[in-house]
Amino acid sequence: MTAFLVRRIGFAFVTLFAVLTLVFVIVRIVPGDPAQVILGDQASREAIEAMHERLGLNKPIVTQYAEFLGNAVKGDWGVSMVSGRPVMAEVLNVLPWTIELTVVSLIIGVVLGVPLGVWAAVKRNRFFDYVARIASLLGLSFPAFVSAIILLFLFAIEVHWFPVISARSGSLGAWAQSITLPAINLGLISAAYITRVTRSAMLEVLSEDYVRTARAKGVPSGSVVWRHALRNALIPIITVVGLYLSILIGNSVLTEIVFSRPGLGKLIVGALNQRDYTMLQGMMVIYTLAVVVVNLLVDIAYGFVDPRVKLG
Amino acid sequence: MSDLAAPVAPPAPASSALQATLRAFNTNKASWIGLAIFLIVVAAAIFAPLIAPHDPLDQDVLDRLKPPSAEHLLGTDYYGRDTFSRLLYGARISLVIGVVSTLIAMAAGTLIGMLAGWRGGRFDTITMQIMDMLLAFPSLILGLIIVAMLGPSIENIIAAIALTSVPPFARIARAPTIAVKGRDFVEACRSLGFSDTRILAVHILPNIFPEILVMGSLWLANAIRTEASLAFIGLGLKPPTPTWGGMIREGFENILDSAWLAIAPGVAILVVVFALNLLGDGLRDAVDPKLKNEA
Repeated sequence: MTAFLVRRIGFAFVTLFAVLTLVFVIVRIVPGDPAQVILGDQASREAIEAMHERLGLNKPIVTQYAEFLGNAVKGDWGVSMVSGRPVMAEVLNVLPWTIELTVVSLIIGVVLGVPLGVWAAVKRNRFFDYVARIASLLGLSFPAFVSAIILLFLFAIEVHWFPVISARSGSLGAWAQSITLPAINLGLISAAYITRVTRSAMLEVLSEDYVRTARAKGVPSGSVVWRHALRNALIPIITVVGLYLSILIGNSVLTEIVFSRPGLGKLIVGALNQRDYTMLQGMMVIYTLAVVVVNLLVDIAYGFVDPRVKLG
Repeated sequence: MSDLAAPVAPPAPASSALQATLRAFNTNKASWIGLAIFLIVVAAAIFAPLIAPHDPLDQDVLDRLKPPSAEHLLGTDYYGRDTFSRLLYGARISLVIGVVSTLIAMAAGTLIGMLAGWRGGRFDTITMQIMDMLLAFPSLILGLIIVAMLGPSIENIIAAIALTSVPPFARIARAPTIAVKGRDFVEACRSLGFSDTRILAVHILPNIFPEILVMGSLWLANAIRTEASLAFIGLGLKPPTPTWGGMIREGFENILDSAWLAIAPGVAILVVVFALNLLGDGLRDAVDPKLKNEA
């Protein structure tokens, strides 16, 4: 397990390094001078050069790159070109909102999706299976912002059960009210993915010899499905859920916009609109970190679920 | 996961592989429904100038934010433009961006995957690790940053979506290439003096083509959704060009009193994406039941 983890962590670092490099390159090949963007068209030559110096853009490109990597490692991502506050502080400020939303919706997705998928597989080609397949296909066809708008329209505008702007906190009631619609939106889409992958993984496993053996030796049917089969179906489920998390991150951006909820999504869209390059760099780093951490967690989960992985 | 997708199918002539696929496809009603809906949308997009009751850009300040009526089937927007007509023209943008970016991703991904599988060794390892990184990165975020940096022109949007869709095609093309590479008939081709290019193009590509087509239909759905998402965020083609995502963006500003403006294009996207997913799902089962593993 240790060797396996060390290799995975090594790969995670390579990924992080590659993305940081990519971020650095992207930000610099963009047409347009950041200093000009910040100062506007009327800026004098001297002002632009002063800004270059402040942003470190007058240094050789290799030095810039080294400083960029060094600062990224130290957690210093510079200051926002728009607000003047440290990027790190701005990101950390809204990060809990996004983490909270993704975690709650993933829980909804797993709690709904796994049982539905197992049930659909057990009832293969029966009415329930048919409904579950169509419903999950429909669910994962929804662009996250379309389902969000429909939920907002139905439950916040037509029926005033929830606030139109989901940015409240403080009491538990206010928190629950503000997270419910966004989390249901992402949770239902997650459930659609998880139902599908659980169903197909279970179908594969249920036809295996050991399942038949378990049945033959008289293990109760429920135990066969939930203990013998589901445990072995977990690997492909975890793989797809891991891949799905990157979709979930994208979907959370759209959901945060529709529900006017603070979070990374609103931060990145604001940075895009205002061409806040340092903020964008920082956001790229945080998203990459998120992806790398998620992949590591998925790898560790493999080890727990399937002892054979440790050897691999 | 990629190993699961490796069909160990014999290098049967392409025609019989296609025939078997078509036969299996025939029995799947859901995919026929998906195909029919998609073709209707394509027809509506092509014949938009004939079907549309109004000019999609025609403004009429006296007819602003009108609810659906006989004159305006889906009402009018903030500028008094006919929503139904804009929806028809918007389909063109969605389909063109979706189809072109998916075709580019298909071609590039298949080439990369086949080369990686064919050459093996370090080239294979590095290429596929890059693909895995690209796959792990949230494609919407990557697309968003690329389009924001380069500007929301149709070429940039297509490039951004195509880039994020390359990895799945590379993965699906690589495994069968490796499987076929070691077979006797490839050795025979080599001893006959066939070039690598010829072996890959004539003897390997036809075998993996059905699967690439399946992935194509599923990723076309994804590309259309991504384009709409980018436009909703404000990174679509510039107004007044009607795009579905852009219409939702504009409609969302009037959600409190004119909800149909945001919901009508939303349903349009949903219908197309759902139709393509139905189609792709049916095709996938037809091509290889084993592929059901990949959700």
